[in-house]
Amino acid sequence: MTRAGPVSPAQESRSGFWRQARVVIVIGKGGVGKTTVSAALARAASLAGMDALVVEIEGKGGLTSAFEHPDDLDYREVVLYAGDKSKGEGDVRGRTLRADEALIEYLEDHAMGRLSKRLLSAGAIDVVATAVPGIKDILVLGKVKQLEREHPADLIVLDAPASGHAISFLAGAGSLLDAVRSGPIRAQAQDVVNLLTDESRCQVLVVTLAEEMPVNEAAEVAAAVEDRVGAHLGPVVVNGVYPRRESLPLGVSADALAAEASIHLRPGEAEALDDAAQARRGRQHLQESHLERLSRLLPLPQVVLPFLFTASVGRAELEELARAMSAALETID
Amino acid sequence: MNVGVLLKSGNMLICCGSGGVGKTTVAASLALAGAQAGLRSCVVTIDPARRLADALGLETLPNVAHRVPIDLDSSAEPGELWALMLDPKSTFDSLVARYAESPEQGERILDNRLYRNISGALSGTQEYMAAEKLYELAEEGRFDLLVVDTPPSRNALDFLEAPARLTKFLDNRLFRMVVMPARSYLRAVSMAAQAFVRTVAKVVGAEVVDDAVSFFQAFEGMEAGFRDRAEKVDELLGGPNTAFVLVASARKDTVAEALYFTTRLQEMGKKPQALVANRLHPRFGREGSESLSDLAAADRARAESLGENTPLGALYANLAEFRQVAEREEEVLNPLIARVAPAPVCRVPYLEGDVSDLDGLQRVAAVLMA
Repeated sequence: MTRAGPVSPAQESRSGFWRQARVVIVIGKGGVGKTTVSAALARAASLAGMDALVVEIEGKGGLTSAFEHPDDLDYREVVLYAGDKSKGEGDVRGRTLRADEALIEYLEDHAMGRLSKRLLSAGAIDVVATAVPGIKDILVLGKVKQLEREHPADLIVLDAPASGHAISFLAGAGSLLDAVRSGPIRAQAQDVVNLLTDESRCQVLVVTLAEEMPVNEAAEVAAAVEDRVGAHLGPVVVNGVYPRRESLPLGVSADALAAEASIHLRPGEAEALDDAAQARRGRQHLQESHLERLSRLLPLPQVVLPFLFTASVGRAELEELARAMSAALETID
Repeated sequence: MNVGVLLKSGNMLICCGSGGVGKTTVAASLALAGAQAGLRSCVVTIDPARRLADALGLETLPNVAHRVPIDLDSSAEPGELWALMLDPKSTFDSLVARYAESPEQGERILDNRLYRNISGALSGTQEYMAAEKLYELAEEGRFDLLVVDTPPSRNALDFLEAPARLTKFLDNRLFRMVVMPARSYLRAVSMAAQAFVRTVAKVVGAEVVDDAVSFFQAFEGMEAGFRDRAEKVDELLGGPNTAFVLVASARKDTVAEALYFTTRLQEMGKKPQALVANRLHPRFGREGSESLSDLAAADRARAESLGENTPLGALYANLAEFRQVAEREEEVLNPLIARVAPAPVCRVPYLEGDVSDLDGLQRVAAVLMA
């Protein structure tokens, strides 16, 4: 077993962001594209020559569809993307880590396996989990810590639960330390706290959109990550930002431009062109003001990912996002 | 056809969908539309975004309905808009108080640490309490129309399964056995149970087990009341006046979840009665015979021949992008639209700016009723 020791020479030679922590926890409100960002981050790592492992907590299939992988993920690791070795790329692998499975695995490791299976149906596990809130989360994060120790990848990307739950998910270990005096669960919680609060091992990426509520929530959740969890924040990822179209004319109508170029427009076409341009400018303007507000509320480097006009993410879109992410991360020390 | 048919006195609308699709906004807009149709309507929500909560006057007491001042067309029937923010914890507390055989029993439960964790830690509790509060409101009959925004859960199904989950928890056989060792016919199982409990105590601490045992002891005699109640809540959710409104955005994952939910509803002999496709990209230009993808292709060709860096070329390239995304969104939604047919489908365009005030709700309501 390889120890999670000091930074390896290979890691040292990498630039900026990739030299930092090996565990990256991706959090964000539902609908902001957290899973897509996790996938893009893993692929960006693979472009930088690293092997990445994406761990899904609440698998909904978004990860497999982004990589166009045919099967659902489960507790075993699978290769989601085989990197091009001739270009020095790493692989992306994926697996799930579900609380129930982690709890059963833990009980098995503590010689309660036989009972745990039988009593699962009696609902006893629910009683234990309710009596000790956060126990499942601690076991899931404990498993992540174990993966980190075993070094199955250069980068472990954890696609965390949606942010309302993300803070209780991450803060559970700390509260448990206060509540439980001794025993194996306490030791596990201590290990989890050590991982989360060590910036050389772990950082948290907050994903958001350039919109009112997501920006507010990103700022709140980021503050909670620092104050309640004591974890280190990486850059904030802003997803779905309309790329600028510098050449869009301002104050000149499509009709006038067409007349100038002697182009005949079909009925209604000028209106459609003008309306779409206005919508684009309006959207861009609004997003820019939210980006600016975000930088005031949350003074962190921003990784801005483009809106893709496709409504779903497959390999082609993922590649575009991963490259945008690589480029943005390059500029961060 | 629009969702107007659902805005009938005596109805309860349950808005379901994954997180981030705008369920709260849709629920509040439906309630507003109900008020405008002359009904006394109430939106029941949990954890709304702050500005929307402000707009609905939900800053004060939870679990109490507040009248929201709205301007209604004076010629119309006088409807009313009310809003209630749900507090699962106090809903649970009042249930305990209702079914406790004595005030002392109630106190013992409310003081128990396991009980205090239940509303936060037991999955499905928030959902169940939402359903419970709805049942209470439906029983009271104060409102003509109830619109509920289901709690943010990974899966809208939690809402339907919550009553069963909670009774199963309260009914826990294992702890019952520990609590009642006297029932010797269960002795063999009870031995295994005791062994399990001892091992659990070793791992998580004896306090935890003590809490659990005293919780189930304190609950003794109350389960029947709870079970009854849960059955009634279940009946209400499955009843003829309850309509499920699916809310989805045009994204593969939210559509997949909505499809799954529809399948499960159908297994229960129900179906969604409306689909709200929220935050769609607008379509520009007149509806013609050409498909969006043909239009987008033609726009793209124009942009390329003119050059995307020329003003007119940029206009075409931009329009092509919008038409492309509108077409893709339609493609993503199609399987869901086909599945819920003949339920009405409302397409709500992404409005400039966020919907966080009554004017915004008004605009969404207008689209829903269009």
